[in-house]
Amino acid sequence: MVEGVAERAPERTRRRTTIIDCDVHNSVPSDAALRPYLPARWRRYLDLVGHKGYHSLERGYAYPKISPGGGARVDAWPPSGGVPGSDLDFMREQLLDNYGIEIAVLNCLYRAGEQLNDEYADALATAINDWQVEEWTGRDSRLRASMVVPYEAGDLAAKEIERLAGTPGFVQVLVLPRTREPLGRRRYWPLYEAAEHYGIPVGIHFAGLTGNPITSSGWPSYYLEDHTVMAQAFQSQVISLIFEGVFERFPRLRVALVEGGFAWMVPLLWRLDDLYERLHEEVPHLRRRPSEYVREHMRMTTQPMEEPERPHHLLDLIEQLGPEMLMFSTDYPHWDFDDPNRAFQVRLPEEVKSKVFHENARGFYGF
Amino acid sequence: MNGAPAPPIRPIDCDVHNAVPSIEVLYPYLEDHWRDYLVERGVTSLEPNYYPRGLPISCLPGARPSSGGPPGSDLDLLREQVLGGVRYAILNCLYSIQSIHNEDWAAAMATALNQWQVEHWLDLDDRLRASIVVPVRSPGRAAEEIERWGDHPGFVQVLLLARSSTPYGKRHHWPIYAAAVRHRLPVGIHAGGVTENPILPVGWPSHYVEDYAGAAQVFQTQLVSLVCEGVFGKFPELRVVLTESGVTWLPALLWRLDKNWKGLRSEVPWVDRPPSEIVREHVRLTVQPFDGPRTAEGVRRVMDHLGSDELLLFSSDYPHWHARDPYESCLRHLSAESQRRVLRENSLATYRLGPETGPDGDGEHG
Amino acid sequence: MKKKLYVVAEVDEIPPGGRKIVEIERRSIGVFNINGEYFALRNACPHAGGPLCRGLLTGFLRSSEPGQYTYLRRGEFLRCPWHQWEFDIRTGQSWLDPDKTRVRTYQTRVEPGQALLENEVELMGSGLTKGPYVAETYPVHIDGRYVVLEL
Repeated sequence: MVEGVAERAPERTRRRTTIIDCDVHNSVPSDAALRPYLPARWRRYLDLVGHKGYHSLERGYAYPKISPGGGARVDAWPPSGGVPGSDLDFMREQLLDNYGIEIAVLNCLYRAGEQLNDEYADALATAINDWQVEEWTGRDSRLRASMVVPYEAGDLAAKEIERLAGTPGFVQVLVLPRTREPLGRRRYWPLYEAAEHYGIPVGIHFAGLTGNPITSSGWPSYYLEDHTVMAQAFQSQVISLIFEGVFERFPRLRVALVEGGFAWMVPLLWRLDDLYERLHEEVPHLRRRPSEYVREHMRMTTQPMEEPERPHHLLDLIEQLGPEMLMFSTDYPHWDFDDPNRAFQVRLPEEVKSKVFHENARGFYGF
Repeated sequence: MNGAPAPPIRPIDCDVHNAVPSIEVLYPYLEDHWRDYLVERGVTSLEPNYYPRGLPISCLPGARPSSGGPPGSDLDLLREQVLGGVRYAILNCLYSIQSIHNEDWAAAMATALNQWQVEHWLDLDDRLRASIVVPVRSPGRAAEEIERWGDHPGFVQVLLLARSSTPYGKRHHWPIYAAAVRHRLPVGIHAGGVTENPILPVGWPSHYVEDYAGAAQVFQTQLVSLVCEGVFGKFPELRVVLTESGVTWLPALLWRLDKNWKGLRSEVPWVDRPPSEIVREHVRLTVQPFDGPRTAEGVRRVMDHLGSDELLLFSSDYPHWHARDPYESCLRHLSAESQRRVLRENSLATYRLGPETGPDGDGEHG
Repeated sequence: MKKKLYVVAEVDEIPPGGRKIVEIERRSIGVFNINGEYFALRNACPHAGGPLCRGLLTGFLRSSEPGQYTYLRRGEFLRCPWHQWEFDIRTGQSWLDPDKTRVRTYQTRVEPGQALLENEVELMGSGLTKGPYVAETYPVHIDGRYVVLEL
């Protein structure tokens, strides 16, 4: 009887800077959605065993996130009833159309790469990628996707990269930063070799769990810690990629650090350059200072945005890092989402803004 | 003030390494069965591998004793190279009793090592202070060791190593903090330690340079643990000194931790104020290595981001050889007042070093 | 400036623990029923503009020391659906920074339909116009009870 006042989403379409969003999550709605893309053997395996990774739970996380749906925004559950990130129409409404996103890079976090069974991981990755073409990149010209690969098995990952290299829409190879071994080690080199060969960057995205404790002092207690110390996993991977000489071995390889934060990079490079000065003799396969490899080969996405106590420190940081290093991302539909209009708590110079919001990503991914 | 130049500040060096010249020096402090255990089983050294012998970072040019012992094992050389210029030097002995899995043996070795520190270092030079080495894998035994030495005026700190079996915030470590607070001793967490955990959180790296670079990560995660577990709320008088941790990573970590706490704090309701505030009150960092930028303006910004010059304690990290010494990397870029704080005052406020009132650091004259 | 009153709901429309999000003068506002009392907050988080009023209603967890939990005022704290900042639904204050961070709240009250019609309050919401005139989509019945919001 009573209509009341209409419910409507808050107005948030104030400006129209071109936006390339380098981190959006499309979700596999359920295992059933992948079945059509799995060979009979692995459909059977899914029934018999299902997913088996490194921790003890059948489903869920070692550290329960702040919200269900993989730590989703509470308002991101689609009215259609699926999990956040599983409904393209709702993603269009809530993200792509709402903010006028020109291009969005999808990082599907279905945990193929964490399976203990490498062949199963491989089959899952293939199924996810085929599903991504069918349900996502093929359905909206604004979408690009990351290839999901069984990255712990470098040879299998390389084959998947090769299989997809000619498929439109794939712009990146997805790896998670909590790996079995540091990413510079040789088990991962076939992956880099293929990525370099086909000119596809590798994106290392927040998440992952292996048998390694998530700190080198063991397992902490809380999700607050789990989330905060992900930055240290990223730092360790940067150290490994540099000192193992990955960028000397694969000089055209490019790496995006996605959702790792970016404030830590500047002090890390100060430390690494000083150490290199003193210890370069141990790593004669390097020919340049660590910071030079990073600036040439790596880019970082902006979310979760750094929020210094005094907001103007963010400008110091961007200057020290170099505005060419940053690519904007929202992390939709996750709880620590960055709204393009509100993420930076300081006013960015126009030139920096266009670099961060679209130019850098356009150059890096070749859009 | 009659125009005479101010006396130079005699700094307090908060990180100097004394080394065990050979395991035999500990025999007099071990019960017979442990002494025979070492001999019969051929245990000839507990020297850690954190500083590989031949790498330049492990030893300043000229710091290797002519006697042939490891760098830091010769008091006379230490006097000549360090003690002449400082008011106090705080010794952090890294002899690796923490790596012993046998609880009783570890406790016996810790006691012997501390007794040896008293007789061969503290008793021989009144500029020396030392850190109590504890069998950290057994926090109860570690607390007993702190009780044993806690009233000795020469011991001013409890020494833990950055890489531990479990994060230091976890409650089973709390007996260590209770004992430290009882004796007004800060807990110094120093780079080093090898446990069952891979030395990077993503697995074992190939090179030493990765190991050393990665140490800064474990300090970060330990600090996150100490804050999130509420250690500083439980022990409001506790001070933690991060030693040889690097410094400049701190602002970025605190930005992240503050931000995450704002959303996730209900998981740790005992953390009732921003982590950055807690850290500034309870945590200090030694300045070698500083890991800072090369310019004065860059260092000024680092200090601005740190938010306080009271966080930093002077250290040389003798006999380790970094790319830059702490004057070059940090101190020369600070104001005179900040320098005084970092060189002396912050340490006096942190450590139980006795009355210190004189302007040149010789309190006993002031 | 004279405050305007808006009828935002019939009382039964927002049961205890329930909420309704309305738009008034281009402001999105959430109206909540906490055990029969009505509270209204701006539907925008002061932190990053998230649609606050679509967040979880929960209690407030405090602690005297690690391992001790005191769970207070269950259902009276609103957590932003994005970054999970917590707000006291009664005051709009952020627990994190109560002095500086708060979300705008609005006075609400319950009025019988008769009073609304007789007193000619400005019934500006949702096509409802001033006076005894009853809009098509939002009839105010003389014997109904309504949540009214002051803006």
